[in-house]
Amino acid sequence: MNFEHEESKLDFVKHRKKFFLISGIFLLGGIILLATLGLNLGIDFRAGTTMDVLANETITTEEIQSHFEDAGYEPEDIRLAGEDSTTARAKFVGGLTQKETLELQGFFEDIYGNTPSVSTVTPMVGEELARNAIISVLIASVGIILYITVRFQFLYGLSAIIALFHDALFILVVFSMTQMEVNIPFIAAVLTIVGYSINDTIVTFDRIRENMSLEKRVKDFDDLARIVNKSLIQTLARSINTVLTVVFAAAALFVLGGEGLRTFSFALVVGLVAGTYSSLFIAAQVWLVLKSKQLKKQKQKKMELEPEG
Amino acid sequence: MVKRRKGVKKSLIAVFFAIVIGFGALIAWNALDQAEDISLGLDLQGGFEVLYEVTPVNGEDTEINRELLSDTVSALNARIDVLGVSEPSITIEGDDRVRVQLAGIEDQASARELLSTQARLSFRDINDELMMDGSDLVEGGARQNFTADTNEPVVQVTVEDANKFREITQDISNRPLGENLLVIWLDYEEGDSYATESMKPEEESKIISAPRVRKTIPSRDVEISGNFTVQSANELAGILNAGALPVELEEIDSTSVGASLGERAMEQAINAGIVGIALIFAYMLFYYRFMGGIAVLTLTAYIYVVLVIFNWLNAVLTLPGIAALILGVGMAVDANIITYERIKEELRSGKSAISAFKAGSRRSLSTILDANITTIIAASVMYVYGTSAVQGFAVMLIVSILTSFLTAVFGSRLLLGLWVNSRILNKKPRLFGVKERDINEL
Repeated sequence: MNFEHEESKLDFVKHRKKFFLISGIFLLGGIILLATLGLNLGIDFRAGTTMDVLANETITTEEIQSHFEDAGYEPEDIRLAGEDSTTARAKFVGGLTQKETLELQGFFEDIYGNTPSVSTVTPMVGEELARNAIISVLIASVGIILYITVRFQFLYGLSAIIALFHDALFILVVFSMTQMEVNIPFIAAVLTIVGYSINDTIVTFDRIRENMSLEKRVKDFDDLARIVNKSLIQTLARSINTVLTVVFAAAALFVLGGEGLRTFSFALVVGLVAGTYSSLFIAAQVWLVLKSKQLKKQKQKKMELEPEG
Repeated sequence: MVKRRKGVKKSLIAVFFAIVIGFGALIAWNALDQAEDISLGLDLQGGFEVLYEVTPVNGEDTEINRELLSDTVSALNARIDVLGVSEPSITIEGDDRVRVQLAGIEDQASARELLSTQARLSFRDINDELMMDGSDLVEGGARQNFTADTNEPVVQVTVEDANKFREITQDISNRPLGENLLVIWLDYEEGDSYATESMKPEEESKIISAPRVRKTIPSRDVEISGNFTVQSANELAGILNAGALPVELEEIDSTSVGASLGERAMEQAINAGIVGIALIFAYMLFYYRFMGGIAVLTLTAYIYVVLVIFNWLNAVLTLPGIAALILGVGMAVDANIITYERIKEELRSGKSAISAFKAGSRRSLSTILDANITTIIAASVMYVYGTSAVQGFAVMLIVSILTSFLTAVFGSRLLLGLWVNSRILNKKPRLFGVKERDINEL
């Protein structure tokens, strides 16, 4: 895979409107989905208790259900997990008290010899977490825009943040579509994606900046388009290789990492793909549009000034 | 004097092997020790974590302030000492919360009960009238003992004022039979009564014991007998010495992980990590050939250095932490990829291996710097605003990024530089993954 821009016939810029449209439709549909169907909020965001029961042999939901009934409890939902279905996750809405928890833990320890893991959350804590996560993303965005404005220019920062929100929204939409459970590790994943997305965008912007300084004159849209296209092709091998290697790691976590990391790694894989897509097709193209508008304005100003001067 | 300018400097290659073998030996000798020293989070070794909301004790109008929270933390610490947990973590969160993390504890049930009990001891008559309370006891005077006659475990406490105790026992011993009891309560609350509480089974009752007072006791030593074992008597003595909690604790969030589930989670995460890292190594070798080999060496060093730094920071490895470590490998790979792509580009433009290496390293540095700093900004915000699990992830991410900078930028440059400068790689673009026909003639 060598991407030499002279030989390559790839033209990212020509199709930018299509990409804007695709992303626009997807995200608009996604927002509607989020507003109607919403997210499958895990116990971390609602009042409730989850209990993971580990058995040493394959178990069925009926078996676990009857154990709970014997103990005098009725979980809202029981799901099996693990390779040979050796783990069951039971949910209780409203939550169990400390005493109930201890009783159930003792109960299952007697049956399977393992103490179940239990997590109980009140909605207050979950809400705080979500609020903190949103605050973190906003503060991080401001920090990143400031840094990019200092190191690059404001327009780069603005485009990077647009791509960033594209990616964050993208993950939310995918999670709304698949109705996978949203938990605390999911928030960590979204925050990581924020980091990666920016990282990816910066690498392409860095190349655009370099190529801009190599050009003697940048007058109009076509010049800009050529530079953007050239820069994207030059960084394409890096973008693809980096995302591939990180996807290897994330996919290995997804397949082999066990229940605890599943949501996290799935969000990562989705976010990484979205992040690469947005760096190539959204961030750079948004910058192109904004920059060409800026050039046009400067030209008009010059034209207005010239007859008088 | 004519020097053989195109000659190969074998000494540089010898230096390369010396560094690699030296570091390899260090890793082989020390890596397992480092890995064993890492303290595992409770999601990996089992244990529990409780977030308590601190409220004033019933009926009292105290304000929850920093001082009161610190008092609560020290009282909790003293109680955990009784349990003998190796590395407890008790932290104040927000304005009125305390988080307790006990990793690797076996008997979670009694630990949780022990923590949340207020340990307010009171002595009442059967009409629930307060006779004396914990403040009438000598501080630190509680201890486990055995009764002289039956050898049953008891808790012995000493009262401050012998006169007061004599008066109380005199009063009670003069009451009719059946009413001459001195009821000893733990955590008596408004509305509790001897009548209802004494009907409950022993484990649930707040009444520790209700000894009959037959005569006036002219001594300062009081024996509390109940249905104690040596251990439970020791625990109660410990609680009494640690002092009553000045507040009420309410569990608002709790996580407890069974030891075997934690162990399995760790095994799975580590297996996934090995597979993921192996895939990355294979891809780098396939795509970047010789430079990929250098990347594999620096990535191995990276994993080792992260472990060392992590130990050195006394950080606790959690499940998200392992994820961050594995992702950090991805970040370190990225720094390598950016540099190598640059070098390949320079080679294709017709530069020699030496100048392509120099230009490529120099030009890629600012890219890597900008990209990593923005990620560090995101990770720092996560650390400041996140709760424990997210914080663990953020710490690992920051450590990973800084380390990857060290190994992937400087380590990679040093090792590759030795080979390139030895001139052995001159005119061998295929080793860099560049085809001869792609090279532009200058």
